[in-house]
Formats: sequence, structure tokens, C-alpha cells
Amino acid sequence: MLELQGLSVTRRNRPVLDRVSLSVAAGELVGLIGPNGAGKSTLMEAALGLIPFSGASNLAAMAATDRARAAAYLPQSREIAWPVSVEDLIALGRIPWPGGGRGPADRAAIDAAIARMHLQDFRTRTALRLSGGEQTRALIARALAQETPLLIADEPIAGLDPAQQLACLRLFRALATEGRGLLVSIHDLGMAARFCTRLVLLDKGQVLADGAPDQVLTDDLLRRAFGITARRIDTPDGPAILPI
Amino acid sequence: MRAFVRRSDRIRRWLTAALIAAAGSAIASSAGAAPQRVVSMNLCTDQIAMLLAAPGQLVSVSDLARDPRMSPMADRAQDYPINHGRAEEIYLMRPDLVIAGQYASGPTVAMLRRLGVRVEVLPPAEDIDAIRAEIMRMGGLLGREDKAAEVLARFERGLILADSNADRGRAALYYANGYTSGRDTLAGTILTAAGYRNVADDLGITDTRSLPLEMLVMARPDRLITGAKWPGQSRGEAILDHPALARIAPETAEVTDRDWVCGTPFVLRAIEALK
Amino acid sequence: MKPLFATLALLVAALFAISLMTGPAGIGALDGLRSLILGGDGPMPIVMREIRLPRALLGLAVGAGLGLTGAAMQGYLRNPLAEPGLIGVSGMAALGAVIAIQTGLSLGTALALPATALTGAAIGVGLLVALAGPRGGSVTLILAGIAISALAGAGTALVLNLSPNPYAANEIVFWLMGSLADRSMVHVWLALPPMLLGAALIWTTGRGLDALTLGESAASAMGVSATGLRWRLIAGVALIVGPATAVAGVIGFVGLVVPHILRPWVAARPSALLPASALGGAALLLAADIAVRLILPERDLKLGVLTALVGAPLFLHLIWKTRSGGRV
Repeated sequence: MLELQGLSVTRRNRPVLDRVSLSVAAGELVGLIGPNGAGKSTLMEAALGLIPFSGASNLAAMAATDRARAAAYLPQSREIAWPVSVEDLIALGRIPWPGGGRGPADRAAIDAAIARMHLQDFRTRTALRLSGGEQTRALIARALAQETPLLIADEPIAGLDPAQQLACLRLFRALATEGRGLLVSIHDLGMAARFCTRLVLLDKGQVLADGAPDQVLTDDLLRRAFGITARRIDTPDGPAILPI
Repeated sequence: MRAFVRRSDRIRRWLTAALIAAAGSAIASSAGAAPQRVVSMNLCTDQIAMLLAAPGQLVSVSDLARDPRMSPMADRAQDYPINHGRAEEIYLMRPDLVIAGQYASGPTVAMLRRLGVRVEVLPPAEDIDAIRAEIMRMGGLLGREDKAAEVLARFERGLILADSNADRGRAALYYANGYTSGRDTLAGTILTAAGYRNVADDLGITDTRSLPLEMLVMARPDRLITGAKWPGQSRGEAILDHPALARIAPETAEVTDRDWVCGTPFVLRAIEALK
Repeated sequence: MKPLFATLALLVAALFAISLMTGPAGIGALDGLRSLILGGDGPMPIVMREIRLPRALLGLAVGAGLGLTGAAMQGYLRNPLAEPGLIGVSGMAALGAVIAIQTGLSLGTALALPATALTGAAIGVGLLVALAGPRGGSVTLILAGIAISALAGAGTALVLNLSPNPYAANEIVFWLMGSLADRSMVHVWLALPPMLLGAALIWTTGRGLDALTLGESAASAMGVSATGLRWRLIAGVALIVGPATAVAGVIGFVGLVVPHILRPWVAARPSALLPASALGGAALLLAADIAVRLILPERDLKLGVLTALVGAPLFLHLIWKTRSGGRV
């Protein structure tokens, strides 16, 4: 679904990404982790062809409309410019699809996205007047309504309360089980370890590690990438990671 | 330039009479010695002064007097040094009489008077009687009463020749920015003297003011007399190219502005041109 | 949303009819309509067809154009303060028009007038998009607008003052404040075709503007081409604002007031705001043009005076709201 080969991005003569190769297959929930400035957001935008890069990306090679039907993107900045209703906001996800965005297929996709993000009560509310977390949920629903096999989300759970973080990642896991592919950047290492099928650790524009969560979240790699030591506690509900 | 002549029309003509009366006493007091160095600083007084002055008596006329678009005596004005209506240059000409128009800059006139220069202010002449009075008054100021009587006699003969009593139909004056002139203006006087009925009279306009284009169209003049075009382009003059004007009055006469600008004997030429 | 468009369309139709019936000649409504449609002899058909019809048509077209471009620029710049008159786009168009008129270009070919005006408008809107863009904040936009307006205004005044024509210098007010008085069908035919082309271009930006609600990268990821959208917007705005300004002068605030009032009625969707603002702009300008003829029938009261009286307080209100952090 996503195939990146030797992706490099240079900004103002400074390499931001250096020959990154990674792939996301159907059924995978790939967590992109790494310190601030590691190049996570740049990687996502380059993969989608939104910024100039060298290397190869199967998404960027597509025509704009085909790409928009192959991959949905939730940017890190939660921008809503106008006081549109939550429903209209989610309906924007139908822009890549033919028709006016109000056909039966569009209706079904919008309703499904609203139901999956539990936004039924917010349908007619003005998106700008919602809390930050509620806005994020509406924006995730917008990406879901795009009905793409691949979903690329930049820090989707940032700003959500614990219950919503859990609900969101459970939904993402369910989407992966249904056969979609997801690339999700995430800072909460514990959450990443519990929900992601695979983790990619990015540091200084390079892939430091790519593999199952327990192979990536090693003491050595965490120290090299984040400069921290982490205490790993295995619980019946999954691993907990405590940075110290 | 027409704009400022037009603005002058707004002032009621009764002022003319009052000022002529006042001038009478001035003439009486200075009748003894005719001025030897006269400076005129107004386009209209320039012309009458050039017509009446003795050789060497008039030392300067205004710069506009040399502009062939506005001055019928532009050629004659080449013989005189020009002034730009500024107190300093005029004072340095050492005049013993300065003749100014009514719309000369107030501070300039006041400054010249403070410097001890005699300044006479002449109002614009807006009808035939006022032109007569203007010629006589200028003759008195210059001590050239005989010459004035001669010019006036020639003017009267011209008026008689021009008076045809023919009815040439209804005409409208139309200038840039949609202005027209009624009977209390020099242009209206010329129009009437040429045997036209001015449509401004029907619309109750006696002075110069704006007339909406559609009112002009509804009035259906037989002839349209428009202001002369200036070089360059302006939106104000563009109204004269409006297709509606061409539709109502195919016969459009363009006025040579210089014979219409000032109340001088040259209005006879304007009247003749309209026939 | 349907009732809104029906109401606006009815309002525009009614104001268009009132505009045709307004004038100092005192022509009765029925007589006027008859001579407008059937023609006939006498001056009345000339007044209706050559004087009032072009005025009403230009009021409709220029108003619709200003409303449409206001809504489009706000959608693209994601800023409710964007408006062609305020941020110098119309001013640049006026500069282009004045240059065409004073150099005599427009005498040679009539099309030179709208062409240079739209070139000026394109430079203005291109500069703004380059300086502010969808990412730029309100402050950048307003400062860029002030600079462009000042430059255009000074250039216009300079060209007019250099003219050998004594009337030209007095026309700065027309170029700054706008008027529809005494325009003819010639002006309608000069302005309308490029404006229709521009409207068609802007029409195609609707979905792109909707997508921009989510920001530039989300919009790009949904298949909206950022460069394509930008060029269509610049060309569309220039094609509308240029010819409109060339025949009617700079009329400010229409593109600000109308989208602001109508936004809640179209659920704030930028694409729906485009046709609504076009109708609203036409209604506002027709109403303003009727008002200037009723308030001071003898004089050419400038349209921009009325629109500014309505628009400037609203502009201040919007700045106040943006200042306190809330988006409109």
C-alpha cells in the first residue's frame, strides 16, 4: 500500500530525511515514533508527494485524484478555517470522489465515519466551537470518510483524553484488522507498543529501527533516539513503558 | 479651465453693478494721471487691456494669455512679458497699476496692496451689458477713454450685424462632467444672441450647473454645442462621446473655447460661428 | 439553502427593475418598460436603452463580480478580511486603467482598457498571494494590502496629474471611490465578456476552496492542486476586478460585507458562498447605486462613499474579532 525507497528531503540545504525506506501493507498499523524534529511529519508529507523529495514513493507517483482515493491524510495541525458544521466538515472527505459529495455513497460514508468516531451528538454543531479533542475526532472522521485503503495520521491521539486515546487506537486497530493499512505517528510509547503491529523509529531523518514493538523499544535504541532510559513493565493488558 | 470660468458664474451678477459703481469713484480720484506701468494678471482683463492700452503702457499679461486654446489674442500676447499671478514677480515689475480678476488669489492681492501697489479687481463679464461696462471701466483705469469708446462703437456695430432675429431652434450647451449653462452666463448669452433657444431655460437652469444626461436626452435639443476637447484623456470629457448624445443630436458643434471664455468683443466671433 | 438563493435572486431582480426606473427624467414604470423592450420613437427609448440599461447592467455585473471575488479571495486566503477593494487589487486595476487612458492606448484599441486594468489587478492579487498566501496571517494580509493600495493610489494620482488634460487631475476621486453614472453599452460590452470568463474560472475553484478549510496540506492530500487553484484564482479575480474597475472605478467593501453577511446562511461552506455572494454583491451594488441617485440626484455621489459607510465599521469589527484570537 505504501512503498518508500530511499526517500530524502532537503530543506534550506539541511537534510531532513536521509534515504528512508519503509512499507505499509494491508492489515498493518505501523507506528512512527521518534523525537521531535526526527522528520516524522516530513516523511508523511513527502510520501504523499506534498513536498519535493528525491527517491521513490508509490503514492507520490500516482495522479492526484487516484492518490486521494488511495490514501487519506490527517495533518498534525488541526486546521478548520470556517465555522462549518461537523457533518459538513466530515463531508469534505468526499471531495476526491465523483459527484457533488451528497450522493448515496457519500451519505453512507459520512454516516459510517460519524458512527465510528461516536460523533452523532455533534453532527449539527459548529466544528470551531468544539473542544480541541472533539475537533480532532471530527477531523479523524473526515479522514475516515475518504474511504481509502491507507490512512496516514500525524499524531492523531495528541490532545485526546485517555478514554478517547484508547477508543481511537482501538478503532485504528480494527481498521487494520479489516484490511486497511495505517501509518500513525505517536509519542506515547506505551500506547504505541500496545496497539501497533509494527513500529518504525526515526531519528535525525534516518530509520533507526523497523520491526515488532519489542524489537524497537529496546533500552539501547531508546537511549540513542530519545536520550532516555525507559522502564518496561509487562502487565496482563500489555506492556507499560515508563520513561525515567 | 472652463471649470473655473464656470464656477465664476455662480456669483450673482448684481455684484457687477455694485463694483462698477465703486470703480467710478476710483476712476474719478485717479483721472489726473494715467498709469504708465500696468500689469494684468487675468486672462480676461489681459485681452481688454491689450485692446485699449497705449504703446508701452501695458508691461505684462498673464501666462494664460499666450495659450491659443483659451486666448483669442495669443499672438498679440507674445509681445508682452508674462506673469504667473505671483506677488513677488509682479512687484518686481514695478507696476503703478495691477489689474486682477475677481478670482485672483486673495493673499496675492492683499500682499501687493500692502506693498503699496494699486490693485483694481474686475469681475468677469457675463452678458453684453457687462462687456460694455468692462470696456468702459478699463478705458477709465488706463486713461484711454477715447480708445474705449472706439472699441465699444465697433462692438456695437458688430452686435447689430450679428442680431439676425432668426429662430434657429433649440440648442443645448454641454460640457465635460455633464455641465450646461443657462441664460445668466456668457455662454448662454452667446447662444441666445446667435438665435437659439437654450434648453436650459425650459429646465429652469439659469447659471452653470450639472444636467443629468437623461434630462438632456429627454429635452431633445435640435443642436448640441459641446465644450472643446483638451489634449489627453479624461473621464469627465468622455460623457461627450456617450452614444445617447449622438442619437439625439447628430449635428454636434464643437465650440472653439477661446472665444467663449471671456466677456470681450471676441464673443462676436463665437456668435458668428454658431450661425 | 435553496430558499436563500431564491430570495437573493428575487431581490436582485427587483433591484434591477428599480434601478431601471430610477432617474431624474421621471419616466413612468410602464412607459419606461415599454420603450425599453419595444423601442419606438422619441427620446424615451434612448434614455432607457442607452443610459439606464447600461447603468443597471453594470451595477448587476460589477456588484456580482465584487461579491464573487471577495468570497473567493476569503476562501483562498482563509481570511475574512480579504477583499479586492481594500487590499489593493482594485487599486492596481485602476492604475492599469488610468495608464491605458492617459497614454492613449485605449484610443487605439478599446480592448486595451480592460486588458491593462486586468494586468494591474493580476499583479496586485499575485503580489498578495505571494506575500500572504493561505498560510499568511491577517497582519501580513492587511500590511501587504496597505502597501499595494498606497503604491497603486500614488501611481494613479501621478499619472492623472501628469496628464495635459485639466479634468484628469480631478478624476482621482472617481478612481478611488467609483461611480456608474453615464456609462454606456460600450462599457458593458468591454467589461462583461472578460468578467464572465473570470466568473467561470472562479466557479471551478469551489471544491478546492472547500478543501482548503482543512488547511493546505490536507487539501493537497485530497487531490486539490495548490498551484492550479492559485492560478485559477489569480486569473479569475483579475479578469473580474480589472474590467469592473476600468469602467466603474474602485468600489470597496462590497466583497467584504456580502460574504460576511451571507456566510452563516450557507453553513460557512466556501463553495456555496461563491454564488450567494455573487447574488448578494449584485443586490448591494444595485441598491447603493439606486441610493446615490435618490440622495443627491443632481450630483454624482460616488458609490464607494456609501459602500465604505456600511463596510468600514464592519471591517473594524472584524479586525477586533481577529485581534482577540477568535476566527470569524
